[in-house]
Amino acid sequence: MANFSKSRVPQFSVDVYQNEYLPEGGREVNAIVTVTSTGGGTSGAAALLTGAGASPAYIPGGQPPGGPGAAVVIMVDCSGSMEYPPAKMRNAREATAAAVDTLRDGVTFAVVGGTHQAKEVYPGNGRLATANQVTRAQAKEALYRLTAGGGTAISTWLRLADQLLAQAHAPIRHGIVLTDGRNEHESPKHLQNALEACAGRFTCDARGVGTDWDVKEVTGIASALLGTADIVADPGGLAADFTQMMEKVMGKEVADVALRLWTPVGVEIKFVKQVAPSVEDLTGRRTEAGPRAGDYPTGSWGDESRDYHVCVRVPEAGIGQEMLAARVSLVRPDPSGGTPQTLSQGLVRAVWTDDVAASTSINPQVAHYTGQAELAHVIQQGLNARKSGDFDGATAKLGRAVQLAAASGNADTAKLLSKVVEVVDATTGTVRLKAKVAEADEMTLETRSTKTVRVKK
Amino acid sequence: MSQMRQLPAEPTCPGCEEPLERADLFCGACGYDLSALSQAPVDHPTVAITVPPTAGGAEPGPELPPAAIRYDDPPRAAPASGIDDFELAAPGLVPPRPEAEPQPVDPRSVVPEPTPPSGTVAKVCVACRTGRIDEDGYCENCGHAQPRERDHMEQELDAVAAVSDRGLRHHRNEDSFAVSAAALPDGSPAVVAIVCDGVSSATRPDEASAAAATAANEALLESLPRGTHPQQAMHEAIVAAAESVNSLATDPAHAMDHDPNRHTNAPACTLVGAIVASGLLVVGWVGDSRVYWVPDDRTAPPARLTEDDSWAAQMVAAGLMNEAEAYADERAHAITGWLGADAYELEPHTASFKPDRPGVVVVCTDGLWNYAEAAHEMAQAAPADAAARPLHCAQVLVGHALDGGGHDNVTVAVLPFAMPEQGAGSAYGTA
Repeated sequence: MANFSKSRVPQFSVDVYQNEYLPEGGREVNAIVTVTSTGGGTSGAAALLTGAGASPAYIPGGQPPGGPGAAVVIMVDCSGSMEYPPAKMRNAREATAAAVDTLRDGVTFAVVGGTHQAKEVYPGNGRLATANQVTRAQAKEALYRLTAGGGTAISTWLRLADQLLAQAHAPIRHGIVLTDGRNEHESPKHLQNALEACAGRFTCDARGVGTDWDVKEVTGIASALLGTADIVADPGGLAADFTQMMEKVMGKEVADVALRLWTPVGVEIKFVKQVAPSVEDLTGRRTEAGPRAGDYPTGSWGDESRDYHVCVRVPEAGIGQEMLAARVSLVRPDPSGGTPQTLSQGLVRAVWTDDVAASTSINPQVAHYTGQAELAHVIQQGLNARKSGDFDGATAKLGRAVQLAAASGNADTAKLLSKVVEVVDATTGTVRLKAKVAEADEMTLETRSTKTVRVKK
Repeated sequence: MSQMRQLPAEPTCPGCEEPLERADLFCGACGYDLSALSQAPVDHPTVAITVPPTAGGAEPGPELPPAAIRYDDPPRAAPASGIDDFELAAPGLVPPRPEAEPQPVDPRSVVPEPTPPSGTVAKVCVACRTGRIDEDGYCENCGHAQPRERDHMEQELDAVAAVSDRGLRHHRNEDSFAVSAAALPDGSPAVVAIVCDGVSSATRPDEASAAAATAANEALLESLPRGTHPQQAMHEAIVAAAESVNSLATDPAHAMDHDPNRHTNAPACTLVGAIVASGLLVVGWVGDSRVYWVPDDRTAPPARLTEDDSWAAQMVAAGLMNEAEAYADERAHAITGWLGADAYELEPHTASFKPDRPGVVVVCTDGLWNYAEAAHEMAQAAPADAAARPLHCAQVLVGHALDGGGHDNVTVAVLPFAMPEQGAGSAYGTA
C-alpha cells in the first residue's frame, strides 16, 4: 500500500452536523452527515486530455496503471416508437455518439440496442471494446445502422449489460439507459427482478426522452442502481446531456463505497437517507456488516459531496449522561477480498441535559433537510392527487411544496412548480392549480422532485 | 504545574464494589439503589450575558464591601520593603509532601470496606459492564461515554487542597483548578489556589477554565518569588489568565468546530484565586466564583470575600432590588464579567485582608455556593477540622453540593490560614 497516498483515490471526509442535546426522556437523535471526497483530481474532461496514462480509477491492488479503470454499457431504446418523430432516433444516435466520444482511452465499453429484447450493437460477440480512436469510430459507425422497431422490455437490456460488465475487471462499472416509452412488453416484476439482480454489480443512470415514458420506471432504475434519473423532453438536448453524464462517469474514482453505520446495543435505526444532491431512502438497503453494524450502498464517487440524514432512537438515559448514538464511516471493499478499508468516520452523539435552550434547538442542517425531504414527498403526493382528480388535495400539497421550496431557497424546484401551479403567495403556500399543464412540465417536476439544495449560507 | 497530581476517583457501588458512573441511579451489577438524593433545586448554570440589563443604563454600583472587607486597588508602586532587594532570592518551591497523597475516595461514597474484586479489572464499560472501550472513549457495546479524567479531580499539597467534580447533571466537568506553593524572597511560604468555571454557553468552556487556571497559577509562581506584592501579583495573574483564554478563541485547530449551540461564542470562564502569604490573605476574581472566610472558631463571624460579577449582584449594588428579589430572578446568575475574547473590558477585582484569627479560606465555583450561599451556611457545611484536613474539607464540601443535587460542576479549594508567629509580622505591612 506504499503508493496508496500517491494514487488518485480521493480522500474522504465525514462531517457530522447535529444537536446532540436531548431533554430528559428524549430518545430521537438526528444528524446530517456530509461526506466529501476530494483529491482524486480529475473530471472527465481533464481525463480525456491526459489520456491513457492517467486512469483516475486506478486503485492499488486492482488494475495496473494505465489499464481500464472503468467499463460502460450504453443501452439505447430502439423500440418502434423511437421513429415518431424520426428525429428521436437520430437524436438518440447522436447522443450515444457524443457519449462514446467522451469515453477516455482505455475504458471498456459496449453499446446495446434495446427493444423487447436486447441486441449487441457494438462491439458484439459478448465482448467489451477498449476505447481508443479506432474503436470509438467503429462504435459510431455501428450506431448509424441502428433502426427502430419492436417493443420495450428493459429487464433484458439490463441483464445483457450485466453480462457484458461482468467480464470487465474495472472497479467502476456503469450503465446508461435511454428509453422513450413505457416498459410495456414485460411485467413490472421482470424489471424488478432484473434490478435486484443488478444492484451492487453496476451503477446506472436512466433518461427518459420525450413524454411517453413512465417517471416511476425511470427513477426506479436510477434509484435501484444508484445513478441519476432525468427527463430529456426535447430529443435535441440529448447529446449535451449524454456528454455531461459520461463526463461524470469518467470522473468516478472509487466504486462500491458503502456508508457503514455502527450503533450500540438498544439503538434503533429509524432511517438512513441520502438528502443531497437528491433524496434517496437507503433504510431498507442495509446489509449486515459485523456486530451492530450495517452497510448502506452509495455507489461510486468522484470529486463530490453528498449529505445523509441519519435518525436513530436511543435508550433513555439520565440527565448528564452521554453516549455514542452511532458511528458513521465510509468503507470501501478490498479489491482482493480482505477487510474493507475505512475511508473516514464521524460520531453521532447523544447528551442528556436539563438546559432547555440546548435541548430544544434544532440543528439548521437537520431542519433544512427535513424540509427538503418533505418537499420531495409533497410534490409526489400533490401530483398523484392531481392525476386522480383530487384537486383540493393537490392544491394543498403543491401549495406546501411551493412554500417549502421558497423558504429553503430551492429555486430550481420552485421554478418547476410554477409551471404546474399558479403561485399566489409563496410565503404562505397559496397556489391555484393551472388548468392546462404541459405534460413535459409535469413529468419534469415529478422526475426532479427529489433534487435538493444545500443549506443557504 | 509539575507538582500537580490529579487523582481520578473510582466511585464504587456501596453494595458490591462495582465501579459506577456518576449519574447512575442504580448499580448496574447488583441493582443497589444509589438515588438517595434529595430533590434538587433549580439549576443555575453559569451563563454570560453580554449586555448588563441594568435599568436606566446605570453604571454598576460601587462594589460595596461587606463588613470587615476592604477592596484595595492593587498597589501600583513597589512595596516599601523594596522588591529589588529580593530579586535574586532563590524561588524554591515548597515540594509537595508525598505521604500526603490521599486515597482517591469519592466524597460521596462512604462505603463499607468491600471485598476485593474477584476478576481482573479489564477496561470494561461502567454502564453496561460488558463492552470494551473504543479509542473514542465510548463503550463498543452500549455506546456510553466513560468517566473522563476531569470528571473527578483531587489534589493536596501541604497547605492547600482542592477537589473538582462533574456533578450529577452535567455531562462533563467544565471547572478547573490549580493549587501550588511558592516561596517569597524571604523564604516564607506563599500558598496559591485558583478555581475557574467554564461558561457553558460558550465554546470549549472546559479548555478555557483549564487554560485560565494554569496561566494564573504559573504567573503567580513566577511573580511571588520575585517579591511582587501578592495583590499586584494576583492582578497580573488574572490578566495573564485572560490572555491565555483569549488566545483560545483564535486557535486554528478548532476552526472546524461544528458545535451548533456554541460556535458563536469565544471560550470563556470565571476565575477566582486566593493567596495566603506572610499573614496576608489576597483574593482576586472575575465572574461569580467566590471566596469565603471561615474562622476556625466557628462562633466568630464568617464572611464572603468576593462580590460576584453577576446580574443579581449588580442589581443589588445599584440599589434596584434587594438581595432576595435579585436572586429570585431567572437572570440572577447571568455573569457580567468573565475571561474570554468576547469580554467587553477585563476588570480584575482584587482585595487583601489581614485576618485576626486562624481559619480556612474556601475558594469555590457556584456549583458549591448554590448550596451554601450565605457565609454562615458555608461555615456550617465545612467540617470543624477543616484547617487540619483541608482535603477532607474540600471533599465534604463537594459532597454537600452533590447531596444538594449536584446541578452544576463543583470545584472547591481549601487553604488553611494560620496566624503568623508573634513578631514575625508581614513582609508587606498593612496593605
